[in-house]
Amino acid sequence: MSPERGSYADPAVDYHVEIAFTLNGAEVRIRVDPAERLLDVLRYRLGLTGTKEGCAEGECGACTVWIDGLPVDSCLVPAVQARGREVVTIEAVDPMRLRPLLESGATQCGACTPGVVMTALWILDHPDLLETHTVRELMAGNLCRCTGYDGIVEGVLEALEATRDTEREPA
Amino acid sequence: MRSPVPRGRIREVRFASGLDRSELVVVDHRDLTGPNEVLLIEPDQPVLAADRVRHLHEPVLLLAHPSREALRRAVAAVEIVVDPEPPVLDFTVDPPPGGVQYGDDNVLKRLSIDKGDVETALAGAARIVEGEYRTGAQEHVYLENQGMVAWEEGDVLVVKGSLQCPYYVLKALGHALGRGPDRVRVVQAPTGGGFGGKEEYPSLVALHAALLARKAGRPVKLVYERGEDMEATTKRHPSLVRHRTGVDVEGRLLAQDIEVVLDGGAYVTLSPVVLSRAIIHAAGPYACDHVRIRGRAVFTNSPPYGAFRGFGAPQTIFANERHMDVVAAAVDLDPIELRRRNLIENGQSTATGQVIDDGTDRTALLDRAVELSGWHEKKAAHAELARRHPWRRRGMGLACFHHGAGFTGSGEVVLASRVDVAGLADGRIEVRSGNIEMGQGTLTVFTQIASEASGLAPSAIALAEPDTARVPNSGPTVASRTVMVVGRLIERAIEDLKARLGLPPDAGGDRFAEAIRAAHAERGEAPVGTATYQPPPGVEWDETTYRGDAYAAYAWAVYVAEVEVDLRTYTTRVVDFVALQEVGKVLNETLARGQIQGGVVQGIGWALMEDVVLEDGAMANAQLTNYIIPTSDDVPPIRVTFEETPYAHGARGAKGLGELPIDGPAPAVVNAVARATGTRPTTVPLTPERLMERLEEGRADVA
Ligand code: FES
Ligand code: FES
Repeated sequence: MSPERGSYADPAVDYHVEIAFTLNGAEVRIRVDPAERLLDVLRYRLGLTGTKEGCAEGECGACTVWIDGLPVDSCLVPAVQARGREVVTIEAVDPMRLRPLLESGATQCGACTPGVVMTALWILDHPDLLETHTVRELMAGNLCRCTGYDGIVEGVLEALEATRDTEREPA
Repeated sequence: MRSPVPRGRIREVRFASGLDRSELVVVDHRDLTGPNEVLLIEPDQPVLAADRVRHLHEPVLLLAHPSREALRRAVAAVEIVVDPEPPVLDFTVDPPPGGVQYGDDNVLKRLSIDKGDVETALAGAARIVEGEYRTGAQEHVYLENQGMVAWEEGDVLVVKGSLQCPYYVLKALGHALGRGPDRVRVVQAPTGGGFGGKEEYPSLVALHAALLARKAGRPVKLVYERGEDMEATTKRHPSLVRHRTGVDVEGRLLAQDIEVVLDGGAYVTLSPVVLSRAIIHAAGPYACDHVRIRGRAVFTNSPPYGAFRGFGAPQTIFANERHMDVVAAAVDLDPIELRRRNLIENGQSTATGQVIDDGTDRTALLDRAVELSGWHEKKAAHAELARRHPWRRRGMGLACFHHGAGFTGSGEVVLASRVDVAGLADGRIEVRSGNIEMGQGTLTVFTQIASEASGLAPSAIALAEPDTARVPNSGPTVASRTVMVVGRLIERAIEDLKARLGLPPDAGGDRFAEAIRAAHAERGEAPVGTATYQPPPGVEWDETTYRGDAYAAYAWAVYVAEVEVDLRTYTTRVVDFVALQEVGKVLNETLARGQIQGGVVQGIGWALMEDVVLEDGAMANAQLTNYIIPTSDDVPPIRVTFEETPYAHGARGAKGLGELPIDGPAPAVVNAVARATGTRPTTVPLTPERLMERLEEGRADVA
């Protein structure tokens, strides 16, 4: 669904801009309206519907993607801000990394899950965060209405444990 | 396009001049080809308001456009002009003159339960303890909003979307569009949470999408944004419950006199059945010979309240369990001891006269939960904290409760749910049911049940997509009935399939698969086994007197909360939570535990923070920014324990458990806050503002 001209001051001017960014490792070039949300570009223009919309106002985290390695709410990010950056979405995630989360009951309906996974993997990639924060604090930006969070928190902790075990194994 | 006022007459629909109407599809009530009614219990709710509106945000007009931007412009250019009338917004008082909009007195439904002789028993009581309790509306906040896609396939109108009850939607479509069941088809898409919010409401969304698709002559997608979903869709019924309880000197319950009032909103929808479950659970899991319960659901000019996990029981259980602590204090008994003296023993009966004899030891459950929670050790520590600390206060609270599984009374018999199991050409079997997955684990547990009953590997079990063209009506996915009732039908349909193939009931695995393949080779079509609901023997219910076996089985639970209250900010934090329950056989530990934890956290939200602010009868804080639900950092780990007494008539011995966990947290948490602060809160959500008022009142009393 492409936004049209006419939303801006001069209806005769085409305000669209072309941007390029890296999406899940591949180069993307696309013309976007300056007010178009990254979430909509991903879902409706590029067909990556794994990223979900839960609230459209930065509260629920269902739309979490990474930009340059940091989890962000893609409903709050104008697509133009992705220019020249590296965007990673749930579609790029290796399903094998999700095993501990599946086994701990981290997902029920699944609507929050893509966002939960993007935050969870970010925690796993930066275990030093746990020196200053708890998993519960770090996950607080992702609302889940089904699990009550125990399954998510345990899954993250078990995945951390598994990562440590692999690291400890002699090469 | 929705009503801008809570009550009034529609004068006109105004389109701004200059609006580009090319490609814009406009639908109003005149586009219906059947009665303008959302078919459910009563025919009072229109699909699209025709001449009058009865609540804010009531749907009046539908617009569709290929471009979302153009649609937004069109919405801004259309105005629904209504001559407003004074709305009725308070369900707790009689309607003012001119305010009656349903029947003679705005009462949507009245129900009552009578056991023994309450007045005589009260006259002989050592103490009579009274209390009044209120609960607020609660928004479901399923993470995925309401959404539906509709299109025409030849002569058939197809609707696919986020929903719990394909056959409810099918009936509503057929009725209002004037189409036979062979010309409508409903398919459930994997659903991102429901909690009851997708029980009745999707019929309306489906009708709207279908009307637009029919007029547009092309597929139409209708997805709510969060704000619209919160403003316009159903919520948990607000309630007012009054108790008058007679006890003897030992704290034994002599009489329970209970009045239950629910805010039904502007249309009947499911309120009669919500009220039914509310009153049946109102007296709690206690033995009392004299019980009188009067219930009513009342009309207001609010968007209709509807199904929400627990279905009326959480409201009356909050009142009853909060009241039990008040009764305990009145007779100077420990709240645990008061409950121990009154819990139903096997052989005793509930308020409807249902004799409970299921082998569960409810007193043992109570003792075990208390022990798991560390109640006695913590009590001393809390007293010490209160002496030492200027503003930190801690307290423990508990709730004992039960929840009936499946439809109430004769509901399951009336439903007459059916499940089919077909043998596939390659020897696998396909389970065909209309029960859906919305996160609660239906797909996994149905696979387990079918695998165990057939002796086939899980990989040899296929589950048909819930598509009304392919699956029979196995009833709605509600009321904690999926595993217990429908799961049992799967077992019986598999037995039937075996019998049709000439196999003994215990034949399974390879032999079963071989017989299926042979049947295919012989007849060239799939052999199908089928099962239709049969009530367990001895279950009797009288719908007119509300006497008898209200539910075939109950789950039992004792929940204990520990809270910390900050006397500077009046915020309450739940620091520990023990959820102990007896739910029959647990079929999948991970999923069952997840249901309990999720339900408990939803209940903690309702208890402390989920405050639906009503203006003109509708939700004013319709944003996740200011309707707060718990995050991972707002709740402690929920400590879940199951006791299992296998239930003979549920699949693999299971009873229902999905709704149970929403019942207990509010009373357990509020009882804990009462203990921590020495106040008597009677309302949920107990927000910091409400707790502050309570504490200020308390100070005024002392002064
Ligand atoms: S949709 Fe972006 S935070 Fe909710
Ligand atoms: S699994 Fe449903 S919202 Fe998290």
